Amino acid sequence: MTAVQSAPARPPTPPEELTTPEPAPLPRSAVFADAVVIARRNLTRIARTRQLLVFATIQPVMFVLLFRYVFGGAIHVPGISYVDFLIPGVIVQTVVFGATSTAVGLSQDMSNGIIDRFRFRSLPMSRSAVLAGRTIADLVRNVFVVLLMIVVGMAVGFRFHNGVGPAVAAVFVALLLGYALSWVFALIGLTVADPETAQLAGFLPIFPLVFASSVFVSIQSMPGWLQAFAKNQPISRAADTVRALTEGGPVATNLIWTLLWSTAILAVFIPLAVRRYRKV
Amino acid sequence: MIEVEGVSKAFGRTKALAGVDMSVPAGTVQGLLGPNGAGKTTLVRILATLLAPDTGRARISGVDVQKDPNTVRSLIGLAGQYAAVDETLTGRENLVMVGRLYRLGAKLAKARAGESLERLGLVEAADRPVKTYSGGMRRRLDLGASLVGRPRVLILDEPTTGLDPRTRLDMWAFIRDLVAEGTTVLLTTQYLEEADQLADHSIVIDRGQVIASGTSAELKARLGSDLIAVQVPAAELDRATAALAGIGCGAPVIDQARAQITIAVCDPVPDLMAALRTLDAAGIVPVDLGLRRPSLDDVFLSLTGRATGDDDPTAPLTTTPRTPQPSRSPA
Repeated sequence: MTAVQSAPARPPTPPEELTTPEPAPLPRSAVFADAVVIARRNLTRIARTRQLLVFATIQPVMFVLLFRYVFGGAIHVPGISYVDFLIPGVIVQTVVFGATSTAVGLSQDMSNGIIDRFRFRSLPMSRSAVLAGRTIADLVRNVFVVLLMIVVGMAVGFRFHNGVGPAVAAVFVALLLGYALSWVFALIGLTVADPETAQLAGFLPIFPLVFASSVFVSIQSMPGWLQAFAKNQPISRAADTVRALTEGGPVATNLIWTLLWSTAILAVFIPLAVRRYRKV
Repeated sequence: MIEVEGVSKAFGRTKALAGVDMSVPAGTVQGLLGPNGAGKTTLVRILATLLAPDTGRARISGVDVQKDPNTVRSLIGLAGQYAAVDETLTGRENLVMVGRLYRLGAKLAKARAGESLERLGLVEAADRPVKTYSGGMRRRLDLGASLVGRPRVLILDEPTTGLDPRTRLDMWAFIRDLVAEGTTVLLTTQYLEEADQLADHSIVIDRGQVIASGTSAELKARLGSDLIAVQVPAAELDRATAALAGIGCGAPVIDQARAQITIAVCDPVPDLMAALRTLDAAGIVPVDLGLRRPSLDDVFLSLTGRATGDDDPTAPLTTTPRTPQPSRSPA
């Protein structure tokens, strides 16, 4: 039954809520315009939550300093200074961590009622715009974080050795993987019950992927059984691509892998997240 | 303006709506009354294109809600019993955002947002984040957001649930203004006083069916003229009920929780005197006793056998509506 309890945090969802009339698809321009409205709203929110902003900035800086000065002395990567090895990895690590904010943000929206405004107040808006707007906002946020990491990296000794063009390409590669992962986190954010769980659930797949990768250490240092996984998973492929683009070396294979991974993630998780959103 | 024909909807084996018809002329307020679980919200969701009916059809301004939901969405505004607004944004930013999502241009969205804020008395708070707003202000903002698209039909799902009396009066005045300007309103409420105050015409639904419809006056007329309400000590309720059995022109309605007996009377003064004599003879001293005009609450109680807000539709009936036998007491 659709019994309405007094002032629920979320609208009561009838048990079989799957028969919503399917509106005719809106024109693409309308979807995009709506996504921009939502993205602007999300960026405004990010800019307003200063404390979150401060800590979200400190965290990746801390990673750079810890690895550069604490672990860096103990980690030897042949053929490259550790700071030049580390910073490309950290750039990928920060966009991946940044992508988890998609899960937290969506989950917050669901519990504080604004998704109801979009969904249940029957606005004549595009439904996928809420997810597109969210992932676009998180992408913009990631642009700033990557630029910050480059500045911090250069302050601790990192240098681009391969020219401006490849450096820009490196930033794009990292952002692409981050954007693709945002859709994975969108699905997680829509599935879990509250923002705290979203935060924890988001980091669960992240830690093994980031640490069993070429982000902080050379894969050759790992046991053989782990190497095959560590070498081919998307975060290593992206880190190796970014490293080759900033420091020189063969790019093609890793770049193709990264593009394939990103495309595959988008192809699987966009439909899953959109479908999930229709059912929340 | 709103037409509903034979709409039914089942969730699994539960029939939420079983063939509801309703027609709301343009520029009027239709009250939609019923206890929790009666099917009110299901009907609202069907009209708001959020749910497809199993059978029947619904049209708003001639547009079928199933065939063209996008058009319907641009015709309606929906405000509910809790505020769906963004806490971090200011009131104005919230309304501008909604305006943009109604596909108004940037300028128009700003102008409409300003208009809504002024109408709802939120100008001073307009540029503060919503998290600094009181509950009443949030609900006003929520209603304001529904008005940004200048809806021709406004669907209000329990718009004043949980509001303080002062804010409720403000909301009512505000809804009256909108209707005066030609907006058609569908008002879902559990407060019968609210329907009494605002609705031109009401339907009462229970267990998915329309069980009564008419103006407030017509609904009240169905109960006969006046009512005697007798409240007695709880222990005396059964005895008082038996004593009063012959009085009035309808079966008494018993409210177990308040130990109150309500009797519809056709001849108020003699009946009141007879009731007093009977009670006195039985040695029962009422806690409270009086003669009054029926309210929609009485209509509701007598039609559904339940007070408003009674959650469990399977609870034993504590009242016997308008039937000749005396009322039963639950085990």
